[in-house]
Amino acid sequence: MTSYGADLLVILPELIVVGAACLLLVLEPLTPPSRKELLAWLSLGALALCIGLTGGQISVLNLRVSAFSDLVVVDGYARFWKLLLYGVTGLTILMSLPYLKAERLQLGEYYGFILLALSGMMVMVSGADLLTIYLGTELMSLSLYVMAGLKRSSPRSLEASAKYFVLGAFSSGLLLYGISLLYGVAGGTKLGAVAAAIGSRGFDDPLLLIATILLAAGFGFKLAVVPFHMWTPDVYQGAPTSVTAFMAVASKAASFAAFLRVFVEGLGGLKADWSNLFLLLCLVTLILGNLVAIVQTNIKRMLAYSSIAHAGYALIGLVAAGRGMGESGGASGLASVMLYLALYAFMTLGAFAVIGMFRKGGLEGEDIEDFAGLAKRQPLAAFLMLVFMVSLAGIPPTAGFIGKFYVFMAAVEAGLAWLAVVALIFAAISAYYYMRVVMVMYMREPDPSAGEVPQLVASPALTVVLACAVAGVILFGLFPNPLVSLALQSVLPLK
Amino acid sequence: MVPLSAYVAVSAVLFITGLLGVLIRRNFIIVLMAVEIMLNAANINLVAFSHYLESMAGQLVALFVIAIAAGEAAVGLAIIIVVFRGKISTNVDEMNVLKW
Repeated sequence: MTSYGADLLVILPELIVVGAACLLLVLEPLTPPSRKELLAWLSLGALALCIGLTGGQISVLNLRVSAFSDLVVVDGYARFWKLLLYGVTGLTILMSLPYLKAERLQLGEYYGFILLALSGMMVMVSGADLLTIYLGTELMSLSLYVMAGLKRSSPRSLEASAKYFVLGAFSSGLLLYGISLLYGVAGGTKLGAVAAAIGSRGFDDPLLLIATILLAAGFGFKLAVVPFHMWTPDVYQGAPTSVTAFMAVASKAASFAAFLRVFVEGLGGLKADWSNLFLLLCLVTLILGNLVAIVQTNIKRMLAYSSIAHAGYALIGLVAAGRGMGESGGASGLASVMLYLALYAFMTLGAFAVIGMFRKGGLEGEDIEDFAGLAKRQPLAAFLMLVFMVSLAGIPPTAGFIGKFYVFMAAVEAGLAWLAVVALIFAAISAYYYMRVVMVMYMREPDPSAGEVPQLVASPALTVVLACAVAGVILFGLFPNPLVSLALQSVLPLK
Repeated sequence: MVPLSAYVAVSAVLFITGLLGVLIRRNFIIVLMAVEIMLNAANINLVAFSHYLESMAGQLVALFVIAIAAGEAAVGLAIIIVVFRGKISTNVDEMNVLKW
């Protein structure tokens, strides 16, 4: 039996992040506009503290500690996702420094919202109870709704915020109704209690079937899988680019983490049924995400469809885990999802960092055509974008290839070789729209009548972000073993 | 004594009302109200199950949900006000700057 103080110690990283967020919101009005960057450094300091706390436990990676009578649990799985989320948040904050300055959005509360969203994500990945997972999801979403609309002078940003809010609140409603039905069927909200009540009896109760579908739909919205993806392109395009990067990477990773935990730890007994459901979702996601991305002319919108497609690839790992659970296949399927999202983080953050600071006059150059002739004007910027696009397309020797390789291997091991082949075909199709950006940068001359040509505006913070992203993409592409073994060690215990 | 199925039926009707409200109604504020109905439908379920299962967890969740619904309404109304200032409209169909 642990005392209350020991429970608080378990969630110390969450407390630090929430405390720093509150401190930022208090300090914000006291900070003169020219000194707002101090708040960013303060939030980076809080993150460094958390990295130290969670990273210090890496030697006891799989030690399972639970607190508040099993409402939250810190195990290897939670530690893996938390470390990923700290990294992503840190890079987003660094990326935001020059971006907010260029957009004249010197808002201190921006960093407060990032930290609040991060604390929600941390609760999601550590939640061992449907209540904590729901609370974490809401904390993350409410912060992101506001962040999407922070550029109040832009109608697009406001519209993105409004659309995100309507669909996000709708999806939380679905999720919560699913949770309430599951509580009725299982008699408890703890994932362990749910698993014990369901056992392996299958869908003998119609309420259980409805609850599973509602949970899948609720999480489907957060993960942006087809047919719950409608908000994604609008929100990704309209939101400020640094916020888009944060949503595309951190919120997707955290939603996947909570989603896997609910379906593996809680509803693992229904794996035969949910793996069929997710197989269907994964197929339509791959088809629609990749095909619609081809016709996009705005690069943020294209990356939104690309992020939908990447959610489809990650789902393959879950389907494989559901098929192969009980044998070794389950673990490799889940580990491949974790690996995929970790590697996806580097390339997507890098691509959005380039887009955010790629500026024409005072505005963002976000049309693909704006990249014309970039290789001649700024060879290094064009090369970085080339690396990120190649990695997103999944071409070796980049991280994107490694991610896809392990996901496809998991599918083959689970006896779904045909699914791996279909996904491979769509990966080849996706190379078309990623390579189009490269083609425009290297082969096309800028339109002489267009006036001012867009430039990548360099700054020290942006250099750090791009260096980290490129290093991640190339190093993990060449030497993936440390990350692979970390993912395999920290994978959820399967039944 | 009211049977459990009656509570679940009421909650299902409320939930479907909310669901259709979000999908059909075009006014942002009414959509927000429909979302609140969905959350409260879940609350009825939680409290009814809690009573019949004799477990307190459901009531606890319901309390948290009430707090979250308030937070969600606050954020939603704030977003509506900012959008309304810019567009003088709360109609969802008129939000069409972004489309594929």
